[in-house]
Amino acid sequence: MYAIELDHVSRIYQKYSSRHRFQTFKSAIVKGNLFGSLRPDELVSAVDDVSLQVENGQTFGLIGENGSGKSTILKMVAGIAKPSSGRISVKGKVSALIELGAGFHPEISGRENVYINGIMLGLTRNEIKQKFDEIVRFAELEEFIEAPVKTYSSGMYMRLGFSIAINVNPEVLLIDEVLAVGDAAFVPKCLDKIDDFRRRKKTILFVSHDLSTVAKICSKVAWLKNGKIRMIDEPKRVVDAYMQDVNEEQEAEFRERKEGVAVAVAAASAPAETPAIAPAEGPSEPEVPTPVPALESIPVDEGRRERRWGKREVEIRKVVLRNGRGEEKHVFHPGDGLTVEMEISAKEPVKNFVFGIGLFNSMGVLVYGTNTQLEEYESVGFSGDGRVACRIEKLNLINGTYYLDVAVHRRDGYPYDYHQNMYSFLVSSMIRDEGVARLPHAWEFSPGIEITLSAK
Amino acid sequence: MKITANLRELFKHRLLVRTLVGRELKARYRGTVLGFLWSFLNPFLLMVVYTVVFGFILKPRDPSIGNSPWAYALFLFAGILPWVWFSSSSIESSNVLMVNGNLIKKILFPAEILPVVTVTANFIHFLFGLPILLIFMFIFGKPPTLFALLLPVVIIVQFIFSLGFSLLLSALTVHFRDIKDILGNLLTFWFFATPIVYSFQSEPLQTNPVLQRILSFNPMTHIIEGYHYCLFYGQLFHWKRLGIALIVSLVLFLIGYAVFDRLRDSFPEEV
Repeated sequence: MYAIELDHVSRIYQKYSSRHRFQTFKSAIVKGNLFGSLRPDELVSAVDDVSLQVENGQTFGLIGENGSGKSTILKMVAGIAKPSSGRISVKGKVSALIELGAGFHPEISGRENVYINGIMLGLTRNEIKQKFDEIVRFAELEEFIEAPVKTYSSGMYMRLGFSIAINVNPEVLLIDEVLAVGDAAFVPKCLDKIDDFRRRKKTILFVSHDLSTVAKICSKVAWLKNGKIRMIDEPKRVVDAYMQDVNEEQEAEFRERKEGVAVAVAAASAPAETPAIAPAEGPSEPEVPTPVPALESIPVDEGRRERRWGKREVEIRKVVLRNGRGEEKHVFHPGDGLTVEMEISAKEPVKNFVFGIGLFNSMGVLVYGTNTQLEEYESVGFSGDGRVACRIEKLNLINGTYYLDVAVHRRDGYPYDYHQNMYSFLVSSMIRDEGVARLPHAWEFSPGIEITLSAK
Repeated sequence: MKITANLRELFKHRLLVRTLVGRELKARYRGTVLGFLWSFLNPFLLMVVYTVVFGFILKPRDPSIGNSPWAYALFLFAGILPWVWFSSSSIESSNVLMVNGNLIKKILFPAEILPVVTVTANFIHFLFGLPILLIFMFIFGKPPTLFALLLPVVIIVQFIFSLGFSLLLSALTVHFRDIKDILGNLLTFWFFATPIVYSFQSEPLQTNPVLQRILSFNPMTHIIEGYHYCLFYGQLFHWKRLGIALIVSLVLFLIGYAVFDRLRDSFPEEV
């Protein structure tokens, strides 16, 4: 028994253009053809031949990038938009948390708006009367309910909207990203309420960009891309596949950006420029950190500035980031390895040289920095071209963007070639742990503690 | 038939219509010092302006109205009240789907509720004006006759006419925003093409059959005449003319609803 069924549903939108508008207006007048048919090149299909079934009592997730058609599907299920072709059937009373407080009138009181909004959502006056206290209590607006809604903060506005919508007590609940706006205290309350719905075997269609929530509360997930269904399966698998796809796209984006940087590096190689950007005090400080620095923090704008200095007696020509399998990458999982590979060349033979790297997170915090001197390598001699690689077995970092400094300098700190913030990479993880790094760890519980790893 | 299904759907949402009308009325004067009194004051002040200009400055001497400027004021008021209902409903309706765009986009409910609410809310404002008119009729020594009881008939005709026009306007304006500007000019023209500041019985009109014929094509002529007969003249209205106006109103309503229905699915994208 399906609560929601989509059968080969498509939704075509007309591309907006003022020229087109003018043409329809003109054709309306000239040809008397007010509702003229559209030319195919002006159509965009937001949802393209989508079929899916949501069982009674199931919590079904929809994920995908912006513009992949998730919200359009939700609107069609809610009945607000009509499919251009195909069939949608929904059984039971539907409540859509698409935009909270959509019908609020700013000039009148919260109390009156509760009634009006409730009636819009299909409640009767008596039902609202019964639920009124509960609605206000859940929204935490007891003191303000008589004030006009225009005096509410956006959080209060949203809480009241959510509280009304959730109290409609539908059989089918549609949720579109509405939890994204709540504050830290209200979101868990909403999730509790949604949990409550799941326990009462109500059907939920859930659209979100918050993949960990999707994986946690949904029993089945569909991944949409460009209006088409890419995959429908259990949450873990779909989320993984989706993440994989997103990573690949980010990878491509990084590659493009790196090409841009390469051009910039080439431009910066003009030797005349080097003295101007070679402050003598610059290099030695960040590159030779004590192994346990007190989370040295650089102001963000300062920290992210791309700079390069040094006279390039030894030059770093190219830097490549590779994963554990040796593939060139810019997006990594926390468990991946990372190899920083530098192609170097010396104009004249040198005896005194140190190679170093430094990893900074987006806050400008030095996550890790080391060099060959600190690790007690003694330089003996080098000339011509060469390759230096620093292999990190396991990255163990949390989600986020990281910036990389690489350098080659003399033991006393005199820089040959110093690259600051010129390379970056992304660590992408489902787990939202916090801090600077992910320390390798495991949990253990004594037998009395009942706790299981989520099946997903 | 489609329209009966639509009307049934509309009837199902009568609570919502009532609530939204209430919201409209409440929100209208919220924050003003005089509040609801404005519902009475607005038409009253309008009458004062017209009485001064037309009654005392221009001094029309029309035997069908009577020579006193006070009588003329009553005549004017009996026509302006329903006209304001009609013109405000039209102007607001032309915008109502855009103003309430977030309702159409985010909440599922029959969109025709919005023009219906607009016409109804303005109707209630019209009702607030009526007692003012009746009070002044007593003050100026021209108390209403029993024919005033026929007023609801005229009101029903106007209601259907306004609703049909509003449905048509609101739906078309979504696609052709030019209508809003066209409408403003049209209503000015329409106002003077309706016997409000002058009488349909006035001599120049009665002796000019062409002009009279042209004015007769305007349904609002017969509706406003209906008000004049019920309130000002205290006689039975021309039921044949009003009957034709009723038929025209019903046809306009059907056309307006059909156009609205045809364009309905495009509203969520276009507003």
